[in-house]
Amino acid sequence: MTYSYYKNMQLNNIIFVYQGEVTADLVSSILHMMENKLDGDGEDKKIKKKVFNVMVECLQNVYHHLDTLEVNVSDSEINDRTALLMIGKEEKDYYVITGNHILNNRIAALKSRLERVNNCDKNELKTLYQAILNDGEMSEKGTAGLGMIDIARKSGQKLGYDFHPVSEKYSFFSLEAKVARV
Amino acid sequence: MIEALKIEPTHKTPKVYFDPANNHFELSGRSIPEDSVGFYKKILDWVEDYGKTPNTKTEFKFELEYFNTSSSKNILELLKKLEKIHLQGQSAVQITWYYDEDDEDMEETGEDYKALLQVPLELIMKVY
Repeated sequence: MTYSYYKNMQLNNIIFVYQGEVTADLVSSILHMMENKLDGDGEDKKIKKKVFNVMVECLQNVYHHLDTLEVNVSDSEINDRTALLMIGKEEKDYYVITGNHILNNRIAALKSRLERVNNCDKNELKTLYQAILNDGEMSEKGTAGLGMIDIARKSGQKLGYDFHPVSEKYSFFSLEAKVARV
Repeated sequence: MIEALKIEPTHKTPKVYFDPANNHFELSGRSIPEDSVGFYKKILDWVEDYGKTPNTKTEFKFELEYFNTSSSKNILELLKKLEKIHLQGQSAVQITWYYDEDDEDMEETGEDYKALLQVPLELIMKVY
């Protein structure tokens, strides 16, 4: 059993995987651990910075999302605030994958934001980022709808995403961001 | 003169060293707190107060290694307060935005801010 987990992770180039509740402390610990790992591997400083930045945004994005989800969750259907966090290193890219529950009625808006970001080239992302930075409203915790744009800018690649239906009320949203190892 | 504001850096929050008596204004290190609004409130309030009786010249140094998008909005607010002080003619504000030579993202962020502001902002590459 253990060996198959190990082999499976190795085959999929997974460095780190976590399934469970996401707290601020947990996010900090993962970032700290991954930073040490990147340092220890002697990763190029430029790549290291990009990977770290993308990890910060992806992980904090999940944390903030679950924090807002909490108020809506009173039914037993999805009574936890758990998520999946995964970091891997393939031949050409580092990848960060996050997965969390989302209310179905929020899918359309999120999907259109992701499509918008993926349809932008480098310069368009810059313009979009500046526009939202300057005009966008800020939520209580300072999240400003900049996260996805920032991830896309630093990643330099299209964002991968999926909405997997779970129930009438919820779906499981996954997001994948890559950073090239060149 | 307003009292200095000094906050020690942590692995998630930057070093804050605002010392009008010595004309030293610095924000450096990493700014990746989950709750950036909570962290920046004190800083923004301080700059607001400083703007009431500023030095004739204010040289403000940003030397950030990492920051999250949650901080980016607050940093813009901070820069806008400095811009206001500058434009009202109370103090000649000069902002310097440092970035590592291999950090194009931090350079771009500096450019983003420069594009949005009417306060002298110089981008300086740190070479090793």
